Amino acid sequence: MLELNNVSFQVNEDKGDKEIIRGVSLHVPESKLVVITGPNGGGKSTLARLIAGIERPTEGRIRFRGRDITDMGITDRAKLGIAYAFQQPVRFKGIRVLDLVRIAAGKELSAAGACEYLSAVGLCARDYIGREVNASLSGGELKRIEIATVLARKAALSVFDEPEAGIDLWSFQNLIEVFENMRRAIQNSSILIISHQERILNIADEIVVIKDGRVEAQGPREQILPRLMGTPSAVSECHMISAKGGTDA
Amino acid sequence: MKLDEIQKRLLREIADLHAVPEGAYNIRSNSQMAGRRSTANIEITSKTDVSGMDIRIAPFTRNESVHIPVVLTQTGLKEVVYNDFFVGEGADVLIVAGCGIDNCGNQDAQHDGVHRFYVGKNAHVKYVEKHYGSGDGAGRRILNPGTEVYQQEGSLVEMEMVQIKGVDDTVRTTTAQLAAGAKLLVRERLMTHGQQRAISTYVVELNGAGATADVVSRSVARDSSYQKFDAKIVGNAPCSGHTECDSIIMDNGRILAVPGLEANDLDAALVHEAAIGKIAGEQLTKLMTLGLTEAEAEEQIINGFLQ
Repeated sequence: MLELNNVSFQVNEDKGDKEIIRGVSLHVPESKLVVITGPNGGGKSTLARLIAGIERPTEGRIRFRGRDITDMGITDRAKLGIAYAFQQPVRFKGIRVLDLVRIAAGKELSAAGACEYLSAVGLCARDYIGREVNASLSGGELKRIEIATVLARKAALSVFDEPEAGIDLWSFQNLIEVFENMRRAIQNSSILIISHQERILNIADEIVVIKDGRVEAQGPREQILPRLMGTPSAVSECHMISAKGGTDA
Repeated sequence: MKLDEIQKRLLREIADLHAVPEGAYNIRSNSQMAGRRSTANIEITSKTDVSGMDIRIAPFTRNESVHIPVVLTQTGLKEVVYNDFFVGEGADVLIVAGCGIDNCGNQDAQHDGVHRFYVGKNAHVKYVEKHYGSGDGAGRRILNPGTEVYQQEGSLVEMEMVQIKGVDDTVRTTTAQLAAGAKLLVRERLMTHGQQRAISTYVVELNGAGATADVVSRSVARDSSYQKFDAKIVGNAPCSGHTECDSIIMDNGRILAVPGLEANDLDAALVHEAAIGKIAGEQLTKLMTLGLTEAEAEEQIINGFLQ
């Protein structure tokens, strides 16, 4: 499905170039759920942005379903079937939840059709459909709407950047169910989730550990997860409460 | 008088009119009356001293509407029109005004409409005004609306003013004086293109206890256009007022926002907000990850913003 070959990414800072991603190679197989984990600041979110086309690698190639997409822009990658859920959802003055879900679906979706996606992320659709995607919505509500827009895309590859960031524990419980449902219906699509959450790691087929911009480990869950338990790469929900608000930049 | 296709199109743009409207109406086309109807409760008469009309709405008239659209399709035509609305006590009406200019010629076409509203006690007026210009002649399309509102105790006036396309030059001046318990809500939406210039000035005086005003403008300045939004709320009594200007600039567009507050009473609570900026990069990025091109994303953001 998706292949990264020796991908590097560096940014120019005052003190000189800084390498955020260093020669990362990884593979997201067809019909699999892959979770990328690792310590904060290790480059996980950057990797997701490189896949969505928001950033371009300084070195290396990215292939999607056999096609080299390294030089493709965001729109073209989206059209090819890559969906991306932002860690911090964007707010819009005047654009309604219904408008956003319709844009995501890429067709004239009925209000009832849009409601299905909102219900799937645990929102009482009728209360939300006409609301603006603006600051009047809470962080948890925006996050679920963000995930609903990715569901509506019915994409071949759905990338979620820390879905647990910025939401309360109660909302998180519901979100786990969303991902479990997606996992069950994964046929002919793949899911890539960036997360520290034990319950998300538990539903992964494969786990990739990113540290200091490099792949530290990758393999089937059974192999990788036992090594991670008790480290910051795999935190339980109890830790989530004490470490509330600790999100990856 | 029969309307041609251009005039009909202008009517659709400014008043959503596809046929003769329900209720009272007056259609003005190239300075001529193209149709008029008064109803039992709403009387429309022509002024005798100047060009324009008196519209008298009987007290306690409910759920009725008045449409007074104006269309200009003649190049070089310049007119000043005075329309006075006398809204009786306790009436509840919708007034739809608007002006569409199609100028294919080389001379300027200009309509300056002065609307005065005398709103009786506890009356409720919803006023919708749309301005629109089309035609590719070198002559400019100019609209200078002047609106004066005089609100008696407990009245409510809601104004929705829209100018999205094609007007080259506009100076709009709105003044309002509110008695005790009266309320004024203004929603202005403005978009300018090319070399267009739009100046919008409000002076709202809150003269009675409990009067409230909320003046909100959302605007977009594209290309090399220029806008000035100058809104002043004066609190002369225990009252509350809020004014807000929220703008997007694109290309070489320029906007000057001048929010003004004047409190002449210790219990006047007045607030202003103004924000100008370009479209946030992450908004474009989000819509592009949903499959829109950058231009399509921009259009969605602007449409939403001006909705």
